[in-house]
Amino acid sequence: MLLLIQYTLIFASVLSVVAIGGMFSERSGVINLGLEGCMVMGALAGALVMSFIPETVPGFFVVILTLLASITTGMLFSMLLAVAAIKFKADQTITGTAMNIIAPALATAIVKAITLNTGEKKATPYLYYIQTHEYFIIKIGSFELNWFIILMVLVVVAACIVLYKTRLGLRLMSCGEHPQAAASNGIDVIKMRYTGVLISGALAGLGGIAFINSANSSWPFDSGVVGFGFLALAVMIFGKWKPINIFFGAILFSLFRALGSVYTGFEFLKNLEINATIYNMLPYIVCLVILAISSKNSKAPKAEGIPYDRGMR
Amino acid sequence: MDKIKSFFARLIRKDVFKTLLTSFSCALVGLLIGFIILLIVSPEASLKGFKTLALGFLDVPTKYGLRLESFAKTLTRTAPLIVSGVAILVAYKAGLFNIGASGQFTMGVFAALFMALVWHLPWYLCMLGAVIFGGLYGAIVGVLKAFLNVNEVISGIMLNWIGLYFTSMIIKQNSTMWDSIKYETIPIERVSPGSLIPTLGLDKLFNDYKYITIGIFIAIIVAVFYYIVIEKTTLGYKMKATGFNKNAAKYAGMKEKLNIVIILALSGSLAGLSGALLYLTGIENWYCPTNVPSMGFDGISAAFLGGLSPLGSILSSFFITHITIGGSRLDTSFYSPEIAKVVTGVIIYLCAFVLFIKDQLNKRILKKDRELGLELLKPNDNGDNNIKEETKEEESIVPNEPSLKEEEVNK
Repeated sequence: MLLLIQYTLIFASVLSVVAIGGMFSERSGVINLGLEGCMVMGALAGALVMSFIPETVPGFFVVILTLLASITTGMLFSMLLAVAAIKFKADQTITGTAMNIIAPALATAIVKAITLNTGEKKATPYLYYIQTHEYFIIKIGSFELNWFIILMVLVVVAACIVLYKTRLGLRLMSCGEHPQAAASNGIDVIKMRYTGVLISGALAGLGGIAFINSANSSWPFDSGVVGFGFLALAVMIFGKWKPINIFFGAILFSLFRALGSVYTGFEFLKNLEINATIYNMLPYIVCLVILAISSKNSKAPKAEGIPYDRGMR
Repeated sequence: MDKIKSFFARLIRKDVFKTLLTSFSCALVGLLIGFIILLIVSPEASLKGFKTLALGFLDVPTKYGLRLESFAKTLTRTAPLIVSGVAILVAYKAGLFNIGASGQFTMGVFAALFMALVWHLPWYLCMLGAVIFGGLYGAIVGVLKAFLNVNEVISGIMLNWIGLYFTSMIIKQNSTMWDSIKYETIPIERVSPGSLIPTLGLDKLFNDYKYITIGIFIAIIVAVFYYIVIEKTTLGYKMKATGFNKNAAKYAGMKEKLNIVIILALSGSLAGLSGALLYLTGIENWYCPTNVPSMGFDGISAAFLGGLSPLGSILSSFFITHITIGGSRLDTSFYSPEIAKVVTGVIIYLCAFVLFIKDQLNKRILKKDRELGLELLKPNDNGDNNIKEETKEEESIVPNEPSLKEEEVNK
């Protein structure tokens, strides 16, 4: 039972952070389908810091540096989308898809190049960070938590405040609903949209390192982040583009995901003798069913996905 | 000299040429970035590496017909990609982004393998099964989109994973399909040779490369067929109308909900066919991957690099397979084959700019024409096949084909 809660929290910390990132981008009017790619790049940067930082550096700084590296890299990678979608009015879906293709391939190529240069005979897509992994863990008795869960709570609270209580958040939302109207009130739509996309990149980078670091001490980069960026998008839609709803959506989804990992610990579930694959499928099926029920009156930002055109009415 | 100049002036105003030009420049810039990556990873091996990557099968020595074999391999792998590209663009014409193509591909592979390995059916029935299975799986996305307003991108992604787990579960439990020692499906050749797509003697042409089949012809026929459907039939018109303005299409009396389901089913059936075209050649066995197969995503590359035309996707698929095979031949003591994937990724990224590049091109042409005093020209009659682009051009009042006469008169 404890393990179930632990896994649920771990997955939820990833999903809600990334989904809130996606929310900021979509609220500003840009669909960030490249969240998955941003996660991979953020994860790569963080993992690189964790593998190659000298052992003498104290744990606290390792944590800070890792997070900073992931966040910055996520932001940099999301610039690919920001520039294409905002400056060049490119198709956001294609751009996002391209980012998702580039990121895992580039990450694998980089990791393989590094493993080759550090004297290994055969290139592997694995990065190891067994030592530094420990710094992220908080132990309360036998209950293992990590810093990312605390960060998740902070991000959710901050997102609520920023989005609904600050000038930035309200302006951002107006750009996603009706950019021309926003512009007529003196809001710089371009700047707002850049802000939205960059926030999504930063949070996706954070989510990326949270994902590969939370339960593992090594990661094969050729498998990317196994679709968690897309799951985060689904959670965001399920959460109707609202931080609190997204948080609960992430918890619900993570519960099913965690069940797949730990169901053998429950006697009655084990006795049902259901194929393990069913548990793997469960979160996706649940997500699809929930979307099917809740999408009928979906409240997506009205101007999302449409390039901003000053002259349009 | 003037003749050549005016020839170019006319050529650059052709939409087909514009598309070709933009696609070629995307491919070139993509390769250039690939070269830069090779240079960063290992400067000393970069020139040789780039040659391998860019030349693909042409870099293989001609000895023992190895180059011919590599060419045949490129063709064999091009066939499913063409169909996959058409699958993406058929949906995209209707304004739907079928990112679930990978899942429909998986379902196609599953149906084809099941019918081949368990029922030993002839190849055309296996292929038909793949088409039906993929189509039905695509229709799920359509129904969810049309009647329950679920975004097709999200449902497609969910169904990709569900399909992957579902097929793995069934295949791995079935000992007539699964070789648990080699950890892949049993080769079709061993149990049911009649389920393999026939070669019709093509293998004799290609140094006895046994995986080359008539699949490549099937793929080309499918591409041409869909070109005709999109350009010349009512269904194609409905598709484009739905994609251009859903509400206007509805107002014009089209059943837009039904159209969405039909189009996604068509797209899915193509993705399924793509699966059959790959695995019914026996070139590889399905190993129940733990990650969504990339064929559907590669189809996105093929569709966009091909300028969203079925005929263009034949060329672009060949190019993408070409550099992928080039990438797989890179010297692994210096480079990883993923570099080819980065190149395709960059190319798709650049393809997103196609509209922008075309716009710029049109603006330049317009400026040139203004300088020549040719504002008032003949209306648009270049047979543009994309409604979106047509309106784009109408907006910027771009003359498409200034006649030679007028140019000469002005001079």
